[in-house]
Formats: sequence, structure tokens, C-alpha cells
Amino acid sequence: MAADETPVGRRLKAIKQIIIVCSGKGGVGKSSVSAQLALSLYASSPSARVGILDVDLTGPSIPRMLGLDGHGVLQSSEGWVPVYADGSEARLGCMSVGFLLKRKEDSVVWRGPKKNAMIRQFLSDVRWGELDYLVIDTPPGTSDEHLSLLEHMAPAHSRLSAVIVTTPQAVALMDAMKCLSFTRTVNLPVLGLIENMSGYVCPCCGEVSNVFSTGGGEQMAKQEGLTFLGSLPVDTELVTLLDAAESTQAVHELPHGTERTFQLIEQYQRTSSSKLFKPIVDRIVGALCGPGDVGDGTLSS
Amino acid sequence: MIAVQQAVEAPSPLSVPSNAPEHCPGTESELAGKAAACAGCANQDVCASGQTKGPDPALPFVRERMSNVKRKILVLSGKGGVGKSTFTAQLGWAFSADDRVQTGIMDVDICGPSIPTILGIASEQVHASSSGWSPVYVQDNLGVMSVGFMLPSSKDAIMWRGPKKNGLISQFLKDVDWGELDYLLVDTPPGTSDEHLSIVQYLKESGIDGAVVITTPQEVALQDVRREIDFCRKVGIRVLGVVENMSGFVCPNCKTESQIFKPSTGGAKKMAAEMGVELLGAVPLDPRIGKSADYGVSFLDEYPDSPASIAYMDIIDRIKQILGDA
Repeated sequence: MAADETPVGRRLKAIKQIIIVCSGKGGVGKSSVSAQLALSLYASSPSARVGILDVDLTGPSIPRMLGLDGHGVLQSSEGWVPVYADGSEARLGCMSVGFLLKRKEDSVVWRGPKKNAMIRQFLSDVRWGELDYLVIDTPPGTSDEHLSLLEHMAPAHSRLSAVIVTTPQAVALMDAMKCLSFTRTVNLPVLGLIENMSGYVCPCCGEVSNVFSTGGGEQMAKQEGLTFLGSLPVDTELVTLLDAAESTQAVHELPHGTERTFQLIEQYQRTSSSKLFKPIVDRIVGALCGPGDVGDGTLSS
Repeated sequence: MIAVQQAVEAPSPLSVPSNAPEHCPGTESELAGKAAACAGCANQDVCASGQTKGPDPALPFVRERMSNVKRKILVLSGKGGVGKSTFTAQLGWAFSADDRVQTGIMDVDICGPSIPTILGIASEQVHASSSGWSPVYVQDNLGVMSVGFMLPSSKDAIMWRGPKKNGLISQFLKDVDWGELDYLLVDTPPGTSDEHLSIVQYLKESGIDGAVVITTPQEVALQDVRREIDFCRKVGIRVLGVVENMSGFVCPNCKTESQIFKPSTGGAKKMAAEMGVELLGAVPLDPRIGKSADYGVSFLDEYPDSPASIAYMDIIDRIKQILGDA
């Protein structure tokens, strides 16, 4: 196929599945879901190779969440080397505009064409190697970044799918609807919907408060004929883990990265969210592999 | 101004047009139309002729409309979902509580307009008259303009790239018949991109009175907010102050306050001190705020005695004070 011959197409050939995490609204937890998805896929099999690409150019959050703040990107003859969250094992690669900034408070003030160019570069120049999954974290909205992604990834269209994240409020659901109608317009299969921030458990008395109301996501999924992947309550443990992902980066430079991130995965697996996320990932993997496939178990042997 | 610019110097973000090629030097640059990146650009001839050093043709119209507006305030935040639209709505309601004050709210979040829902006017339409588009009025003295009023259904997605968004923003500024306004509040989408550059570009001449930056206490949000403040400095907008939203949650059962979004790095207070901006106040997380927004009613009117309302009112008073309107 001639379309395969674009630089992006060549690069993406070695990637088995591409999952785009999107939502119309900002701050509903796209990045935290992307990070959890990547971590869970990583843990799903001892040989799974996962990449996470952050195309939120004006507000990259992935580096912080994976505890990679302050790292830089290395050039190699084969392209940019992703920052590996698990150090020498190199099974969890990460790429974000955050790695390209000199200071963390530098703003990226770019209009569409420049964002488009950056995304193309991320897709064509990053040396991911062979990947089982590439998780793509997107900015809010349905604009330049999203159109560019879909445009450049056209050669790999058959391996693309999307996960929509929403919170239960009406305001967020409205934007999630817009996001869904976007995926329909561009013919992007939707794996399902995740309702985030549904309920908060008071650490003092255990009372569950529906901070942003509840149940809206499931209802929307039913109405629109989507798979409802699950709902995740607000988990302060997780917020703290992903947020604080320790500012130790100054002390531990790259060589020490290994131990530290294993720590992140271990810590993540201890949170209650990871238990709730497990069936979500199983459902996603199931949907991607098709009903006949046994899943990742076969890969590990 | 500097007569000779280095080819490597970054272009001023304000002078790069929305449909420019990747490495556009900026239309006001000495290199406009002559740089390597200009080859093949549809506007190369225009830039090379030197015409572009003049102002945008829409600017005189914007200036004329905006000459009737006393104060223009932007509500910004690098991060999404921190409460920009909610805060804008509360600010609008609070200003218009005084019936001598005329307030306008302009929603430039084109891909995700929330303002119509929050203000309870989601099903309204914009009407055109000889003097321009009429805003939708929530009450006599509170007019609203949003792309949400122009869609056939709320389910429709707007998939626009930058240039189209900019076109609409310029129309919002020059074609909307706001009338005499005391305050124009501009609610923006998250990020620092097309919409933000455009609004600043179009309002530069008329002058923006300042920006209110909204954040939540986590570092992930603060990171983006630092970038937003950096953006304000780059383009020369005065930051009126920072509002910390969703700070602390009081359990309705046991009344214990807990931090849902933990300020792992000192929260907005420390960030504001580091960046040299004022912390206007902190608003606790109250599930009723979200509910009010979903139903389109004013939280301040519904629950005037709640701690969140008191925090909102203090912040609004402080903003008036900073602007010299108190």
C-alpha cells in the first residue's frame, strides 16, 4: 500500500495497537487514565512493550505523572529515544513535549500549524521500536491536535481505537458527546467509556460523597450503544502518587531510574484504583484481541 | 525597535498568523516574506510587500465595539476542568447583582462551550439584527455570547482548526452588539494556543484590564498554571491574581475537611509567591457547585451562606478592589 510509505506509516508498522485516550472536557482525568492504562498494560504481561505519547502540547502532564519530570530526550541515528520509565528494561517508553522544554514553567504558545508539525515529528521520529500498545494522551477538545493525529496516522487506521473519559456531571457529559460525535465522523472505533471521579470516600468516616454526581457515564454509554468500561472513584492515594511522583529526579539521574519506577509500579499496584482498573484493562485487551484470542498470555511464554 | 533581527530569534507569538507555515518568522519581522520558511506560503507576496507591518483590518471594528466596554477581564488556566467556566459564571452573576452594572460574558471555548449550560440558557439562539448579533440575556444586565448558541444540537462536535476558530473570535469581538458594558468577561479554553493568542491580539489595542488565573491544588495543575502565567508575561497581560479552586472538601456526613487534590508542592499559595502574583483566595470543593452548574442556577443565590459562596464573594470583592471599582 502506498500510504504505508509515509515516514509515519513506516514507524507505526511495528506498533500492534494504538489507543487514543480522549474527552471533550479538560481535567476529567485523561492523563491519569492514560498513565494508569499504560502501567496496567505494562503489568499485564512480563513481556508487554508499551509506549505512551503525550500530544497535549500546551499542557503536558504525563512526565510528572510517571515521575519523569526533568528528563530530556536523546537523539540517536534512528530518531528520538523515548524516555523509559522503567529504566534499563525499556518496556515502558514515554514521549512528551515536556521533555523538550528547558524550564518546567516555560509556556508553549503555538498555533495550529506548529502543533501539527510537532505531532508529525512525534509520530515519525520517535524510535519506539516494537510495541504491543501505544497509548496516546490527547488535550481537551476536538481541534488541531486531534485532526492532525488522525490525519498522520491514516496508514495505521485499522489499528486505531479510542477510549473516552468523562466525569459524571452534565457539563462534562455534554463535551464527551461531542468527542463521541468526533470519533464517529472520523470513523474511529470506540472501545468504551470510562467514568472518572465518580464518588469520593471520606477518609474520616467512609461516607461516599458524589462530588461530581454519579452514574451519568453509564447512562450515556447505554444510550449511545457504547461499552461501559467502568467507573473510577476519586482516589486520593492515586492523586498523591501520580502528582507527587517524587521530585527525587534531581538526585536520581537516569541510571537510577530503574529502581525508582519499579517503585512507581509497585506503589500503583497497591492503590485501590489499580484493582478497579484491572477489569477495565482486561475488557480493553479483550476487545482489541478479538473474542478468539487468548490475550497476552501467549506472548509471555 | 531593533532594526535588524537575527534569523534565529523566536518570532513574537503575537505576530504569527494563524494559517502560517511551521517556521513563519512573524508578519512584523524584517524577514517576513523573505525567510526560507516563506517559500510556498500563500501569503508570501503580501508579507514581502511590507503591507503586513500594518494592523489587521478587523482591528478598527473591534476597537470601535470595545470602546463601549469599560473593563475586559480574561479568565484563564493552563489546565482543563479546574473551574474556569464556573468561576466566570459566578463572577458574571455577582457583577450583575447590581442592576446598574452591565455585564457581558464571552465564551471563546469553541470546542467545548460550557457557559450556556452553566447559566441555564443552553437552548437559546443568537439573533442577528442590523447592529450585529444580539447576545443571549440571562437577565436584563447579563448578556452572553457562545458558540454553543449556534449549533443545531448540543451533540455536534466542532472540529475546527485554528484559523476558523480565530475567525469566529474576531466575529464575536466585532459583530456582537454588546451595547454599553461595564464588564466583559472572557472565558477561555485550556491551554495556550490559537484562541488565547487571537483574543490577546484583537484586544491589544483596546486594552485588557487583566487576567484571573484559576488552578486546583495539585502539582499537575500548578505546572500548567505556571505556563499560563508565563504566557501572560510573554504577551503582556496583567495577572490580577490566582484563584485556587477545589481546595479541600468538607464531608457532608462528619464535617471533617479532607484534601481530595492534595497540594503536594504547597498548592497555589506557594506557586503564587514563587511567581510573584497575588493569591486571590481559595474556594473549597462543594458538590452543590457542580450541581448548580448542571442545572444552570446561580450557586451564589442558591446557597449564599455556604463557605464556598463566601470565598467567591471575597475573591470578587478583591478583584473589584484591584481594578479600582470597589
